[in-house]
Amino acid sequence: MNTLALTNNTMTLPTSKDPSAANSKDQAVDIQAIVEELKHATQPVGVPFLDDPKFYTRDVDVFYNQAKQAIFGVDLDIGKNEVIAMIGPSGCGKSTFLRCLNRMNDTIDGCKVTGQLLLDGEDIYAKEQDPVLLRARVGMVFQKPNPFPKSIYDNVAYGPRIHGLTANRSELDDIVEDSLKKAGLFNEVKDRLQAPGTGLSGGQQQRLCIARAIAVSPEVILMDEPTSALDPIATATIEELIDELRQSFTICIVTHSMQQAARISQRTAYFHLGYLVEVNKTNTVFTNPQHRLTENYITGRFG
Amino acid sequence: MEIGQHTSHQYNQELESVRNQSLQMGGLVEEQLGKALRALMENDSQLGEEVAYSDYRVNRLEVEIDEACTQIIARRQPAAGDLRLVISIIKSVTDLERIGDEAEKIARHAISTEGLATSLHTALRHLGDHVREMLRRTLDAMARMDAETAQQIAESDLQIDAEFDVLSRQLLTHMMEDPRTIRDSLNVLWCARSLERIGDHSKNICEYVIYLVEGKDVRHTNRPKAGADITP
Repeated sequence: MNTLALTNNTMTLPTSKDPSAANSKDQAVDIQAIVEELKHATQPVGVPFLDDPKFYTRDVDVFYNQAKQAIFGVDLDIGKNEVIAMIGPSGCGKSTFLRCLNRMNDTIDGCKVTGQLLLDGEDIYAKEQDPVLLRARVGMVFQKPNPFPKSIYDNVAYGPRIHGLTANRSELDDIVEDSLKKAGLFNEVKDRLQAPGTGLSGGQQQRLCIARAIAVSPEVILMDEPTSALDPIATATIEELIDELRQSFTICIVTHSMQQAARISQRTAYFHLGYLVEVNKTNTVFTNPQHRLTENYITGRFG
Repeated sequence: MEIGQHTSHQYNQELESVRNQSLQMGGLVEEQLGKALRALMENDSQLGEEVAYSDYRVNRLEVEIDEACTQIIARRQPAAGDLRLVISIIKSVTDLERIGDEAEKIARHAISTEGLATSLHTALRHLGDHVREMLRRTLDAMARMDAETAQQIAESDLQIDAEFDVLSRQLLTHMMEDPRTIRDSLNVLWCARSLERIGDHSKNICEYVIYLVEGKDVRHTNRPKAGADITP
């Protein structure tokens, strides 16, 4: 097994007497050398592969307009009922990879995805795969709350209606109530289900979007920085919710908050310059990361 | 791992500062032990008084370093190597403070004893030299973040323990032969005991160095000796 050679098992003295300290700063910003290093790695450091995964992805490349490659040969398994956090600096490809998982990249002109992406063993990029059905199985919550300009009730009922999941009104009522309860919003809005969703507070709107995502009984929920626009209390509510949702769903979350990744995820994947560098148990990543780049990022050593 | 190179210079300084303080505390403790042993060997009760009095400086450093580490955890949420650095400092400082206490105990014996019999003197001096050397090397490994050396030093604690056992038996024989030496012998035994404990604390610090550098917790992982009964 040829893992990345740039592992983090040496410590050097930080004092000025140490000659290596003077030029190590230059090493840290030598992007070309880092890219060479990453290019030659055959798989990420840590434990990227699982038995019986929910998502199985191998050698995933993503190109925007052919000229620009955003992701280079990502190999990653995502387990059932786990929260996996994807972290990394801006432009590292974590959101791009997340959007591959329910083919949100299809909507971007010139975007090409290659490699293997299997959901429960089925190729989600197969010709016969209907992206609309895929997105019902793999839901998504975005950074900014984006409720439809409809009532709270209709926001949640929208998915079950278009997918024809219910036979009658009372079943739909049950799904709406159940979804709002799971999203921890029901008690706050039960008396005004017909009020517009856009009239809620930011945190409530985001929970409404989560309710909307879970109303169609997805198997996986993708979250792209779901709390970056929220205050700490709303963030805590949603983090609590994510932990409860884990019982029924697989959750992939992209976050810029490392504390958040550390708090809510079981596994953490670190992306850098379009490469998946390290995947491991969150406990390990935040106490003893194996790769120097991961260590630099989570300890705030990026210039 | 480098301590520097954070985007935040302030953070670099905080980590550097807490690390320097812990090394300074190590230096102080080493000095205290050296003086305590000298006071004992040379029957210098004045020096003994000085060492016993100076222990407050060790204690004060422990409190200051703990406070600085608490601030770093609260304000910076250190992760990975930084987290291990802060944790290993918090733990090392506790052991350093205990070493300071043991040095104080030895110093107090220097104040109270009238002078030791020469044969006991020699044995104790021997153990004292070994423990001082072990502490010196420990602090060196700590400063250089040298896990390999730390591992060797931790293993050498077995020799200190063996030496202590030999000395205890020697003292026992002594006391049985001539009960008039019991008082002296007990004094020596207490000092030897303090030295042996300092060996244990040094070993602990070496284990924190290994944790800091390699992220491995090697405490309580000694393999039982061959043939030892390990029924749970």
